[in-house]
Amino acid sequence: MRLFSIFKEIVINVLKGPSTRKYPMEKREPFPGVRGKLSIEEDKCIYCGACARKCPTKAIQVKRQPEKEWRFERFRCILCGYCVEVCPKKCLSFKDRLEK
Amino acid sequence: MSMLVPFGPQHPVLPEPLQLRLEISDEQVISAVPVIGYVHRGLEKLAEQKDFVQDVFLLERVCGICSFIHSMTYCMGIEEMMSLSVPPRANYLRVVWSELHRMHSHLLALGLLADSFGFENLFYQLWRVREHVMDAMEYTSGARVMLGTCCIGGVRKDINKEQADFVLRKLSDVEKELRTLTPVLLEDYSVKVRLVGVGRLDPKQALTDGAVGPTLRGSGVSYDFRSTGYAAYRELEFSPVVEKGGDCYARTKVRINEVYQSISLVRRALGHLPDSELKTPLKGNPSGEVAVRAEQPRGEVLYYLRANGTDKLDRIRVRTPTFANIAPLLHMIKGCALADVAMIILSIDPCISCTER
Repeated sequence: MRLFSIFKEIVINVLKGPSTRKYPMEKREPFPGVRGKLSIEEDKCIYCGACARKCPTKAIQVKRQPEKEWRFERFRCILCGYCVEVCPKKCLSFKDRLEK
Repeated sequence: MSMLVPFGPQHPVLPEPLQLRLEISDEQVISAVPVIGYVHRGLEKLAEQKDFVQDVFLLERVCGICSFIHSMTYCMGIEEMMSLSVPPRANYLRVVWSELHRMHSHLLALGLLADSFGFENLFYQLWRVREHVMDAMEYTSGARVMLGTCCIGGVRKDINKEQADFVLRKLSDVEKELRTLTPVLLEDYSVKVRLVGVGRLDPKQALTDGAVGPTLRGSGVSYDFRSTGYAAYRELEFSPVVEKGGDCYARTKVRINEVYQSISLVRRALGHLPDSELKTPLKGNPSGEVAVRAEQPRGEVLYYLRANGTDKLDRIRVRTPTFANIAPLLHMIKGCALADVAMIILSIDPCISCTER
């Protein structure tokens, strides 16, 4: 049984400085392929509605009548990526950040 | 004279709301009655309303710690019903992500345990080590916790050479940093004085009460569902980590050793990744019923699924490890000091959101 066995680690940590970043001045670069905000290239979209049918949270609505429309409720989205997987035209993709 | 003290649902050491009504006499607990139901979300009912492929994403959200293993267990059940075979590479990748989840869950639990007896420094250091595992998961799957990589018939994402090297680098960091913290967790006076001999559970009682996971293995019973060799555990030659003490210290020791074991399992799995497809194509709807089990960080999870040949399942029932560990917890608490209740609860690593779904 030892006393103050963490002491060495405390000294090392004090000398090394903080492990955290000075957010928001210093931001971490996202890893490639991170699922951030869902985005669509509407000119490629054929409004088939596959994404809307498959979405587990019904965050996407697609209308063909009277006008073609693709709507997305961001706060319902759980970022699962099922819509991106099923899109036949591959016009859906994730940005690597949530805030942009 | 005895008196009734409510422990929780809002208590500084509890990460999630669990209430224990403690009957105490002179700071000694005579009996405890658990009250759960504070975070019930009705996920089982909701899962019956979604189709069986959407359920993979829903059931992943049963738990915020061992999410991948939940989705994997559900997928294993549907695969068994539909007689789908999972490609070998997918099985290896499932082991990689399962073990990464186990590592981050155990590091989180160890940190919370340190916090429960006031060792804030150790708590923060363990959580800093955990960040390496979170980075490994984020780079390989695209998310920190809700990986979304498991699908019926295999996995949705591959781990390429670059990602595998990153994971191995991160695991070396975890191992190196944990090696400096292990002596503190296992040898330090302030840790041992709070954990050794506290919350004893003998093996016979553990088996009678249906304890699972590190709670059972900490009591000296060699039982781990991974030994049955589901996914790729058979090829990776798995053997359970067992400690004999039966107290909070033994359960902590099991968790620490399981982190090292998980590091070694991920290394072996990434080193022997077979070349194959990632998933078997899915055709038709499931029918019949199945009960499927898997080993989560907290113990064995059971999924009961009943399908009727349509795209919606009739019934999904989840028995989570914390639910199984509540009965043994009540035995551990009996006769202990009121100040030790927090440690005993955290030594079973309770996940109440899982339990109530």
